[in-house]
Amino acid sequence: MTYFLQQFLNALQLGSIYALIALGYTMVYGILTMINFAHGDLFMIGAFFCFIAAGLLKLPFVPTLLISMAGVALLGVAIERVAYKPLRNAPRVSAIITALGVGLFLENFTLVFSPYPQSVPTLIPNQTWMLGPVSISSLQIIIVLLSIGLMILLDLIVQKTMIGMAMRAISWDKAIVPLMGVPLNLIISITFAIGTSLGAAAGVMYAQAFPVIDPYMGIMVGWKAFISAVVGGIGNIRGAMIGGFILGLVEIMVAAFMPSTYRDFVAFALLLVLLIFRPHGILGKPRPQKV
Amino acid sequence: MSAADVLLSVQDLQVSYNNIRAVKGISFDVHEGEIVSLIGANGAGKSSTLRAISGLIPYTGTIAFQGKDLHKIPADQLVALGIAQVPEGRGIFGNLTVYENLKLATWQRKDKQELPKDYERVFTIFPRLKERRSQQAGTLSGGEQQMLAVGRALMSRGRVMLLDEPSMGLAPVLVREIFRIILEINKTGTTILLVEQNANMALRVANRGYVLETGVITLSGSGSELLGNPRVKEAYLGG
Ligand SMILES: Nc1ncnc2c1ncn2[C@@H]1O[C@H](COP(=O)(O)OP(=O)(O)OP(=O)(O)O)[C@@H](O)[C@H]1O
Ligand SMILES: [Mg+2]
Repeated sequence: MTYFLQQFLNALQLGSIYALIALGYTMVYGILTMINFAHGDLFMIGAFFCFIAAGLLKLPFVPTLLISMAGVALLGVAIERVAYKPLRNAPRVSAIITALGVGLFLENFTLVFSPYPQSVPTLIPNQTWMLGPVSISSLQIIIVLLSIGLMILLDLIVQKTMIGMAMRAISWDKAIVPLMGVPLNLIISITFAIGTSLGAAAGVMYAQAFPVIDPYMGIMVGWKAFISAVVGGIGNIRGAMIGGFILGLVEIMVAAFMPSTYRDFVAFALLLVLLIFRPHGILGKPRPQKV
Repeated sequence: MSAADVLLSVQDLQVSYNNIRAVKGISFDVHEGEIVSLIGANGAGKSSTLRAISGLIPYTGTIAFQGKDLHKIPADQLVALGIAQVPEGRGIFGNLTVYENLKLATWQRKDKQELPKDYERVFTIFPRLKERRSQQAGTLSGGEQQMLAVGRALMSRGRVMLLDEPSMGLAPVLVREIFRIILEINKTGTTILLVEQNANMALRVANRGYVLETGVITLSGSGSELLGNPRVKEAYLGG
């Protein structure tokens, strides 16, 4: 039981990182019905911003986090404008292939500057507390609380503000949105900025939890987060959060109680099985037919 | 009427989709305070004309609103100028509540202190919407959705309201209701450009009308003139 509780804490930590990244996939899908396959690589860039800010510039945690989020947000907005916007009315598969290309570009670009893995300095003083028999670290607490805080903030933005309302409207029918006087391009840029900055926050936290980073680190994590988004119901923000925690839990528990090589196999099997029984994911709804 | 009264002027408007010409150089005016109806059969180019005026699709020719050329102005900013479109098939946001749909339409409004009065006005015209203000708009009936679409246009405070087939798919009672409301909105100072296949109703409420056939205006005149015109009778009023 102790072992289980301990693993549960680890699952929460991993799950919050997946959930943060999954939000980026789901938000972009929600407004543009495309999978931004470069998103995992933007998470990687977020981790490299952490390396630059903390390792090279010796900045503390909060400025590092903010620099990374802002830097990746700008990059995300630029990518949308340059690479995706011209394809907005093209078949979705063209946009998806472009996204894969952007991802490869980001990986190779980073590889030029960092051919070897880099180690990221620890920014959060490592302290461990015992909750009964279970140990919990300062980093785990910060990762989980920060992630949940960011998710609550996002939920408030989406549900309560005019910008959030505009995002939801775009996800329903973006052709009509300009008739409301809403600037479509601005809202799409804001969505990219928010989604990618959450991925960057995940990158910073991931780099703190697993401090050796390399240009390919975003691939597998990105796939896992993508699965999380699909499991939760792609396009559904609360679904992405739930999906992230489910995937974190499944992975940690598989690694804890089965040979750890089963981990990724089980994660992908979960996706397949879920899609058979709930093709729209846990919270996703089939879109009611428009009249 | 003098040229000073012209609110919306369309000159030699052409719209093409992949080299297919849908609107082939039409010209018409809408004067301040009028109801103008544009009638025509399926595929005549009515929606294309409205979409061009709202800046949703590229066109050639000149569209001017209050004397101002609209060519380079993005669609969302046209709403701020006072052009409000109620799109074909209503175009309500089914995943937003009724209230949120109305609120979104106030995006570009600067006079936020006037908003409570305008919500009140919309809810007075459409009491149904008030009852259902917290309901997801996708759960509304077709008629209620049409009311919401008109309510939204009112919330954006358009000086001209472009209505694309507001009677489509509604039961006869509701059609009469919608046209009664259009007249009411017009009386409170909003100019109306109405696109319809229901030529009978559309011409009865209109000051003036135009008949659009395969991208060309073939007839124009006052509402009553067109209602009495034998060609209109034969083609659009069931003989
Ligand atoms: N997005 C589009 N792509 C290609 N062709 C289009 C497009 N929209 C309209 N058309 C064509 O342009 C012509 C005019 O269409 P439009 O929608 O303006 O007609 P309408 O008068 O509004 O018809 P309806 O009464 O059926 O709504 C039609 O032949 C239509 O097939
Ligand atoms: Mg039409």
